[in-house]
Amino acid sequence: MERNGIGKYENYITLGALIVVMGSLPLLLSNSYHLSIMAFIGINTMLAVGLCLLMGYAGQVSLGHAAFYGIGAYTSGILTTTFKMNPWLAIGVAAVFTGVVAYVIGVPMFRLKGNNLAMGTLGFGIIVYIIFVEMRDWTGGPSGLTGIPSLSIFGFTFDNDLKYYYLIWAIALLFLVLSLNIVNSRVGRALRSIHGSEIAAETLGVNTNKYKIQILVVAAMYASVAGSLYAHYLTFINPQPFSFKLSIEIVVMVVIGGLSSVWGALLGAATTTVLSEVLRGVIPQFLKGATGEYEIVVFGIILMVVMIFLPEGLFSGSVRIVKSWRREKESKQRTVDETAIVEPSSVVAEGHLAVEDK
Amino acid sequence: MRNRIWFATSLAVVLALLILALGGCAGAPAPTPTPSKPVATAAATPAPAKASPVASPAASSKTEPAASKEPYKIGALAAVTGPGSSLGIPERNTYQMLEEQVNKSGGINGHPVQVVIRDTESDETKAVLATKKLIEEDKVLAILGPSLSGESLAIADTVTKAEVPLISAAASIMIVVNKDGSIPKWVFKTPQSDALIVKTLVDHLKTKGYNKIGWLSVSNAYGDSGTTEFQKLAPSAGLNIVAKETFAATDTDMTAQLTRVKGANPDAIVVWSIPPSAAIVSKNAAQLGIKQPVFQSHGIGNKAFMSVAGPAANGVVFPAGKLLVADALPDSDAQKKVLLQYTKDYTAKFGADTLSTFGGHAWDCFWVVADALKKSGPDRAKLRDAIENTKDFVGITGVFSFSAKDHNGLDNRAVTMVEIKDGKWVPAK
Repeated sequence: MERNGIGKYENYITLGALIVVMGSLPLLLSNSYHLSIMAFIGINTMLAVGLCLLMGYAGQVSLGHAAFYGIGAYTSGILTTTFKMNPWLAIGVAAVFTGVVAYVIGVPMFRLKGNNLAMGTLGFGIIVYIIFVEMRDWTGGPSGLTGIPSLSIFGFTFDNDLKYYYLIWAIALLFLVLSLNIVNSRVGRALRSIHGSEIAAETLGVNTNKYKIQILVVAAMYASVAGSLYAHYLTFINPQPFSFKLSIEIVVMVVIGGLSSVWGALLGAATTTVLSEVLRGVIPQFLKGATGEYEIVVFGIILMVVMIFLPEGLFSGSVRIVKSWRREKESKQRTVDETAIVEPSSVVAEGHLAVEDK
Repeated sequence: MRNRIWFATSLAVVLALLILALGGCAGAPAPTPTPSKPVATAAATPAPAKASPVASPAASSKTEPAASKEPYKIGALAAVTGPGSSLGIPERNTYQMLEEQVNKSGGINGHPVQVVIRDTESDETKAVLATKKLIEEDKVLAILGPSLSGESLAIADTVTKAEVPLISAAASIMIVVNKDGSIPKWVFKTPQSDALIVKTLVDHLKTKGYNKIGWLSVSNAYGDSGTTEFQKLAPSAGLNIVAKETFAATDTDMTAQLTRVKGANPDAIVVWSIPPSAAIVSKNAAQLGIKQPVFQSHGIGNKAFMSVAGPAANGVVFPAGKLLVADALPDSDAQKKVLLQYTKDYTAKFGADTLSTFGGHAWDCFWVVADALKKSGPDRAKLRDAIENTKDFVGITGVFSFSAKDHNGLDNRAVTMVEIKDGKWVPAK
């Protein structure tokens, strides 16, 4: 709790505020394009929160997280199209299956450390992607799997963006609550001790391997549910969205948001998703005829600036700025004669933050 | 206590800014849109629009009628960046060129045309978001593209629910035929399907009397689809596949596969791949002294094949669209005029050697919609019906005749056999 600078009650307040904001947001955004962006932010949040637990808390780098997302999507897709299974049941089966895969992979994988672990997970992601492409009879190969049914429950069909928005965010918020509980529990403390020093944790009697595998299974199951929801939302899947590129994008979301907080994952997912859409709309207004080439460049520059001025990520970075600003104000009140010392770096960072969030 | 309040307020501010950002790209908050919205806006200014051609003589309406009327907005999706960019860039160029051309010549029924192009980054999720933006915010009448089959299939559900016509520029037959064999109501496409191309090749092999075929294909979606179609059509034409080999797209030597194919003693060898691997097969075949004719696929219809294969390219025959051999076509060919005009316009604007069939698919998408718009006016449902009723439309890829049962609308006239002769494409005899 000290690490991310916010306490338990603040978490509850933020969560409450978030539920109110997300619940009432559709009143402002009646447009299905905006709702769709928000729905994708929800899906990305599920992915990023899982990876945040693994990377930020347990300190284990994964460059193959898209594989779990894909396994969830394809398991749901195949079960509901080829075997005509109930979609809700299929989501559950997919999550359990992905969890089992994560466990089986995790046991040998966590013998690796540091860069080797990153390479191992990278390889895992690529192998799973090749399986999606080559197992044509099951996955439909590169052409993909069509005709995945929409979700429905007791005659209520999730047939528009608004309904999916609420469904996805209900699940995403549930995952956030679960993650906050994990983080603020005995397990969370054990994970942070592993992150701090694995050898020290072991000498203190923490079964490091057990905790690392547990958290990998949790992260994989989050990703699996996100994948299943993606499949039912789009009603079509092909291997492309589950490639190495997405694994990197999830890492970017987590790092941009801030590794040391679950809220950072949410903020990172929201920022990267919204930013890439906003740039897509804004840049053609300045450069006539521009379509795609410049967005990636501008996006890259923005990410670089964030990393330079807020290396701990948007979330913890803004918490730090707000806190130091307040401390300054308080000290100013105490000693009125003293001239306030304004840190130049925080001014730059604040100014930047305002641009960033626009 | 103050800590918490501070924290909650700052988070609320951040969230509010994010929401503002979302709203900002929409401009004014939009009312709940309906598919009939464009009709309402167009009908809102009928008086000056209707009056001008009647009041002024035809001659003056030729010069500047477009500006006075409500523009017709058409959306276009192209994979300008990402792995599909070799398709998306010529498509984007073509859309921009045609928008300019049409508006210079007075627009459609006096309405200027605005093509709103969005990059999909070769990414399915971004294609879906871009589609929703085109429909909800730009309120386009129809959507052209996207470039890739995966993207087209990913957005099919969205356009069907929103009831917006989609004319895809991607190849897969699955785009216009559902799993159960039904035809998706709102989705059309202009490129030839692999089935059509393979059929032309099979017919050619049959008339030439090549019955024993040695088959080599690249192991990806492209090679896979070609192999499936060939295996489906070959037996009914009396063709026999005596050897079947695959290679990876990145392989640099196919001597082993060719030796095995040679051992089966085929009448002809067919290679289904794209350069550089396709060119390496031709080169290896020449090195091995294989006397049998080598046929390739439409994937080699660019200059890259010739530069890699060198002299081995000479005499290679392959099925392709007519764009490559436009000037050698007989004058009686319906497409000749259109093909030559497009070649001239495109190369004049973007440089020689930039021409590709993908831009041609975009040309077809644009003009099928523009042509239908002339008849239907700005109404999505009427526009869809007009597209489906398009008959004998002469395009770049072929002559299109859509129907309720066929949303690709091409027949085997859209494919011709091309031979490489001294670094040039000529019609094969």
